[in-house]
Amino acid sequence: MNVRERRDRPLRIVMPILVLGLGLAAWEAVVRYKHIPPYVLPDPELIWQTFVADRELLLRSLLVTVTTTLEGFLLAAFGGVFLAILFNQSRFLEYSLYPYAVVLQVTPIVAVAPLLLVYLPQHAAVLVCAWIVAFFPVLANTTLGLRSVDHNLADLFSLYGASRWQILRRLKLPSARPYIFGGLRIAGGLSLIGAVVAEIAAGSAGAGSGLAYRIVESGYRLNIPRMFAALLLLSLTGIGIFYLLSLVNYLALRRWHESALARES
Amino acid sequence: MPPSTAHPSAPLVALRGIGKSFPSRVRALAGLDLEVRPGEFVALLGPSGCGKSTVLRIIAGLTKPSEGVVEWDKATTVRKGETRLGYVFQEPTLMPWASVFDNVALPLKLKRMRKARRIERVEVALDRVGLGAFRRAYPRELSGGMRMRVSIARALVTEPQILLMDEPFAALDEITRFKLNEDLLQTWDAMRTTIVFVTHSVFESVYLANRILVMAARPGRISTEVVIDTPYPRGRSFRTSPEYVGFCRRASEALAVAMAVGGQS
Repeated sequence: MNVRERRDRPLRIVMPILVLGLGLAAWEAVVRYKHIPPYVLPDPELIWQTFVADRELLLRSLLVTVTTTLEGFLLAAFGGVFLAILFNQSRFLEYSLYPYAVVLQVTPIVAVAPLLLVYLPQHAAVLVCAWIVAFFPVLANTTLGLRSVDHNLADLFSLYGASRWQILRRLKLPSARPYIFGGLRIAGGLSLIGAVVAEIAAGSAGAGSGLAYRIVESGYRLNIPRMFAALLLLSLTGIGIFYLLSLVNYLALRRWHESALARES
Repeated sequence: MPPSTAHPSAPLVALRGIGKSFPSRVRALAGLDLEVRPGEFVALLGPSGCGKSTVLRIIAGLTKPSEGVVEWDKATTVRKGETRLGYVFQEPTLMPWASVFDNVALPLKLKRMRKARRIERVEVALDRVGLGAFRRAYPRELSGGMRMRVSIARALVTEPQILLMDEPFAALDEITRFKLNEDLLQTWDAMRTTIVFVTHSVFESVYLANRILVMAARPGRISTEVVIDTPYPRGRSFRTSPEYVGFCRRASEALAVAMAVGGQS
């Protein structure tokens, strides 16, 4: 961190909070001054009150969504890394399967979710959605990482007669670690998106109890404050996932990787 | 090349009629002959781009020659999986995610040496290069010279019969380079392993080697041989002696001749 960044650190925390405060105040003022009814736009205070009043329902829904997200994320993390290792070991497999991984990635998940719900039980469908959206960045990043091995180190390993397994375990996987964590950080946010998309698709089919389902349901009932409250929770969940994964990334790489090192000025 | 009279013993390794062409049709080496005898310190001296590194890679088996053969002394055949060879690259080529100790232990781990013996060997190698106190440090916490020492310790830990060094000190400042030159000579004196040392520095080659092979470029081949018969140990005073200056002049002249035949770069 250079001198300027260090000097600016308090500003980086204070400024966004200030903007938030101003935004909320303006919101509150507009709603009151223009007498906008709550079913069109509730003011922040009402949203907060709704959140407190409905907290049991909302937190239960949050738990459902977070659980799905976490399961989807774990599947994506292990699946993505595993597939990347497989592709790295066998070019035959890579050529055969990689294009389909791309197809899964580029087909909009919103369009796929209803079909999944036709064929799979609801929980499984939601999970598959989260997985489809989240696994590709892990796969792509890990693939890149496994290939980004220092050539001289690779020579050194072959000089000492390292086996395939030793090269994978002691050279390729450690080299790929920063890339894998980069992929995981993207996957965390995406698995939440996947879970939400699937819940919304499932919600319109009449089942489900996650946060996204609450949003759809509240929309039908014109309970706009609750929509906002649920949205706020979703947003906070996303932020939480991002920072948690950033922390894990930092803890895993701080001893050696450039991205995680604090620089002296 | 006429056989050297200084060492009548059988060569440890001999390159005969070596040629190397790259897919880009560049002829890196042609008709290259050289012999290295046990216990010798041979310097390969030549302008950049003359194929010095390629010669080392061919000796190490990292690159296959297009023509010619590499003959190892029958008693010391290097099979795959065995490491009678140590290699030091231009860059320290350390694993950034592993401690100094683990970096040096790598060749032994790849050979699946038992832990107790491994620890002992690594400690000996680290003490030899004067880094015993830094075993827990990570590569990026060390200076360039110290990283190169780690790299040398790693090459020595298998107690190789032949140590191949590819301009290991070229990227270091002069003070560090002189110090490492002296330390390398001391280590060599103690271990009496065979060294092939690639360099483009006349001063370095005269100080270190007992035989300098001067290479010409385009295509790379051995042009002349300069025997440095000053006995070891060569202290710091050797660097300022008239004898040293005389050898440097002869090596420089040989290099100038080689560059004239080899075409302009």
